[in-house]
Amino acid sequence: MNLIAQTFNIIYNFKEIFTIMATFNLNINGKTQQVDVDPNTPILWVLRDHLQLVGTKYGCGIAQCGSCTVHMDGVAVRACMLTVASVGNQEITTIEGLSENGDHPVQKAWLEVDVPQCGYCQAGQIMTAAALLDKNPDPSDSEIEMAMNGNICRCGTYTRIKKAVKIAAATKTNA
Amino acid sequence: MPLKKTAIGRRAFIKNTSLAGGGLVLGFSFLNSCTDRQAQTMTAKEMPEEWFEMNGYLKIGENGLVTILSPNPEGGQNVKTSMPMIVADELDIDWNDVLVEQAPLNTDAFTRQFIGGSQAIRRGWSGLRLAGASARQMLIAAAAEAWQVPVGEVTTEAGVLYHRGSDKSVGYGEMAAAAAKLPVPEEVPLKSIDDFDIIGTSKKNVDGLKIVTGKPLFGSDIHREGMFIAMIVHPPAFGLRLKSIDDTEARKLPGIKDIFTIKVFNEDYEKTFFDTRSFNEVAVVVGNSTWEVLNAKKALKIECEPIEDATETRDRFGSKWEQHTPAGMESTADHFAQMEKMAVKGGVVKRRDGDPEAAFKKAAKIVEATYTAPFLAHNCMEPMNFFADVTSEKAELIGPLQKPEFTEQTLSARLGMPLENIDIQMTRLGGGYGRRSYAHWLVEAALISQRMKAPIKLIYTREDDMTDGIYRPAYLAKMRAGLDANNNLIAYHVNAGGIPESPLAENRFPAGAVEHYLAEEWTIDSNLTVGSFRAPRSNFMASAEQSFLDEVAEAAGKDPIDFRLELLDRAKNRPVGENNDYEADRYAGVLKLVKETSNWEKAAPKVSRGVSAYFCHNSYAAQVLDVVVENGKPVVQKVFCALDCGIVVNPDSAKNMAEGGIVDGIGNAFFGELTFKDGIPEKSNFDTYRMIRMREAPKEIEVHFVKNEIDPTGLGEPTFPPIFAALANALYRATGDRYYHQPFLSNKSPLMG
Ligand code: FES
Ligand code: FES
Repeated sequence: MNLIAQTFNIIYNFKEIFTIMATFNLNINGKTQQVDVDPNTPILWVLRDHLQLVGTKYGCGIAQCGSCTVHMDGVAVRACMLTVASVGNQEITTIEGLSENGDHPVQKAWLEVDVPQCGYCQAGQIMTAAALLDKNPDPSDSEIEMAMNGNICRCGTYTRIKKAVKIAAATKTNA
Repeated sequence: MPLKKTAIGRRAFIKNTSLAGGGLVLGFSFLNSCTDRQAQTMTAKEMPEEWFEMNGYLKIGENGLVTILSPNPEGGQNVKTSMPMIVADELDIDWNDVLVEQAPLNTDAFTRQFIGGSQAIRRGWSGLRLAGASARQMLIAAAAEAWQVPVGEVTTEAGVLYHRGSDKSVGYGEMAAAAAKLPVPEEVPLKSIDDFDIIGTSKKNVDGLKIVTGKPLFGSDIHREGMFIAMIVHPPAFGLRLKSIDDTEARKLPGIKDIFTIKVFNEDYEKTFFDTRSFNEVAVVVGNSTWEVLNAKKALKIECEPIEDATETRDRFGSKWEQHTPAGMESTADHFAQMEKMAVKGGVVKRRDGDPEAAFKKAAKIVEATYTAPFLAHNCMEPMNFFADVTSEKAELIGPLQKPEFTEQTLSARLGMPLENIDIQMTRLGGGYGRRSYAHWLVEAALISQRMKAPIKLIYTREDDMTDGIYRPAYLAKMRAGLDANNNLIAYHVNAGGIPESPLAENRFPAGAVEHYLAEEWTIDSNLTVGSFRAPRSNFMASAEQSFLDEVAEAAGKDPIDFRLELLDRAKNRPVGENNDYEADRYAGVLKLVKETSNWEKAAPKVSRGVSAYFCHNSYAAQVLDVVVENGKPVVQKVFCALDCGIVVNPDSAKNMAEGGIVDGIGNAFFGELTFKDGIPEKSNFDTYRMIRMREAPKEIEVHFVKNEIDPTGLGEPTFPPIFAALANALYRATGDRYYHQPFLSNKSPLMG
């Protein structure tokens, strides 16, 4: 813990060293994308500012709300605290790359249940749900709650989200 | 068919020539206007080459596709679907042939282009119906003319005009050019309610596909070539103002274009109702990218100084009021002590029926309780933001806001620019709940762009957003009830106040149902700023009153639903006093419906139930909430909700809205709280500010509507206020403790271990 704190301090004090731009070749939604950015830039801002992939949302910046959820090699991660330097050549999938035409079973279930209200949190919710179903195609209610607990929805669409996850699970297992 | 004069909202029917170029609209963007279904399938019709404008709300393509403009901003209440449904029904068109677009801000063409107070559907209803009906009538007139038959013999069905006598028919699209040239009729027939075929059926969110595929819909998604990112730094505490900034370090950081300060309003500006802002002067960091600006923001040093006591005159839609802002660094502990003191002192009497003092003296039983609620932050998931491109000639603003027509005037005053040079475009709101009514950030964005001579996007961080004020006020209410020897409620006393506003609505239930009634209120000035928050005032009064009535019913030895029904019966048949602000029948109606649908007398084993009902924002809501205690933690199993909001335009989306209010209410009742220490908000992000998460949400919500033919009223707010008390009352049955003080549970984030 102490060591981390110390390292962090050093980074902070010698910020100029770390704010030198570097070139990264990222694998995003199946395409290689080149960006020149500070290595500490969270992948969230690389997506939104540099690649105009704005489906991934900012909600808190501290991995508490899930709005920024993307997949890294198929695992749901919070893009707001994942630096571009740590991504390497791992494959990033964003909401824009989840399916070609919005026909991923989770997206279809979301439309069927008509989940969204304001919609702002929903890309993150969908990415978390899709990663859950990849790992666990037939989750129980409490497994769904567990997996989705990191995604906040101020509009309060949780009951619909849960219903949609179950529908998506059913279509996936029947497919 | 009832005839309806088109004079209501007449302005909307004057052709909007800026859009139309004389009835013909060209170059309509396919992507923007295509509904999801059509984008997906595009089976029947291609995009038309020509559009014919029938009125400010709608235009018809030569092939029969119809574009309906949704006048109000969309923040999750689904008005962008429901409002066009009303137009489409009266137009008599197949919903599959409808494209929906967000209307531009045009106060000449549309009335009341804002969202708030659950009023969009209620206030839009007549105008939207007339828009559809008058266009239909113009099509009928054009067909009658073409066929040389009497107007009365032309009928319509799903976008086709018929003359049955001569077996003629033609699609709306073919008649649109001729119809668009006709004058708007003075009077038009409206459908009778039985003939509605779109209203009352569930239609999916027109933006659903865009949302689930992550298309840019929100203000924060806007990108423009050459655009800079801007952020603000505001004083860290209420009671402080900016004195100076030291940007030496921050300026050295890469990607930073400029750092300066701006004043949101000029000192001599008379602020109107929605011009609330917490810190008039803020520092601004402008740079190339969000990450670079974030870093510079951290490196920027600001110096602050205490504010002085100030009184300013503000304008509330024409009437003036004096707003006093005291100096000082306020703390939550003092707030509650001050409120206690004020409540003991008593306040301004707002209503008195009978002789309450005497009645309390002779009461056989007196029940007393004090309820409190803390400040709340809105925490829209999309933090405040706005895009601005301001030049010396014009200002273009794009983003999420609730009251564009008021904000436009504020901006015009601030920039000294005539209204016609200001163009505000509305994006989808990533939540509003009242917060986006106070669009000081739009003014900030405009000032920053003006200074930078470039397009900019202003974004607040979560911390900026949460610590920037415009909170739900803190409240306290002391309630007292007197029962006679037969357990009849004979006296009721409510003494309520808040910082800095009172939550009291003195003419609401149980006023009118109790012989001796006293309502008084008080306020305490504060330099914390407040604003509307999902049913402002009601969200606290409902929780206090409906929890209290539960306790009174218990003291009277009566079932809590029967007790309320008894009072409502009294209010209906022998009302006390005047101006009672509810219809007793409709109030009782939702209680009876929830009693029946929840099977009230027969709760499942181990389940504890609470009931609550409230009327505000023109709709009636009653709820039964079932709670079980698992491992010492309350788990909300199910909520039954009965609603009377008149005609339900889009039932499934109305249910979604009702569910949202319920979940949000349970969350705020359990966890919602913002505390202050020496003016500093003690929470600034979701690690400490606890929001409801899926695990705490009800496992199931069942919503039922009272069926009637009353003009529709809104749903953005009405399910939110009563749920606090339904939860408190259920928790009482589960735990034996009354929950007087919000939040009911601790508020530590479950993600923080
Ligand atoms: S923005 Fe990443 S979790 Fe909230
Ligand atoms: S839909 Fe609005 S925050 Fe989830």
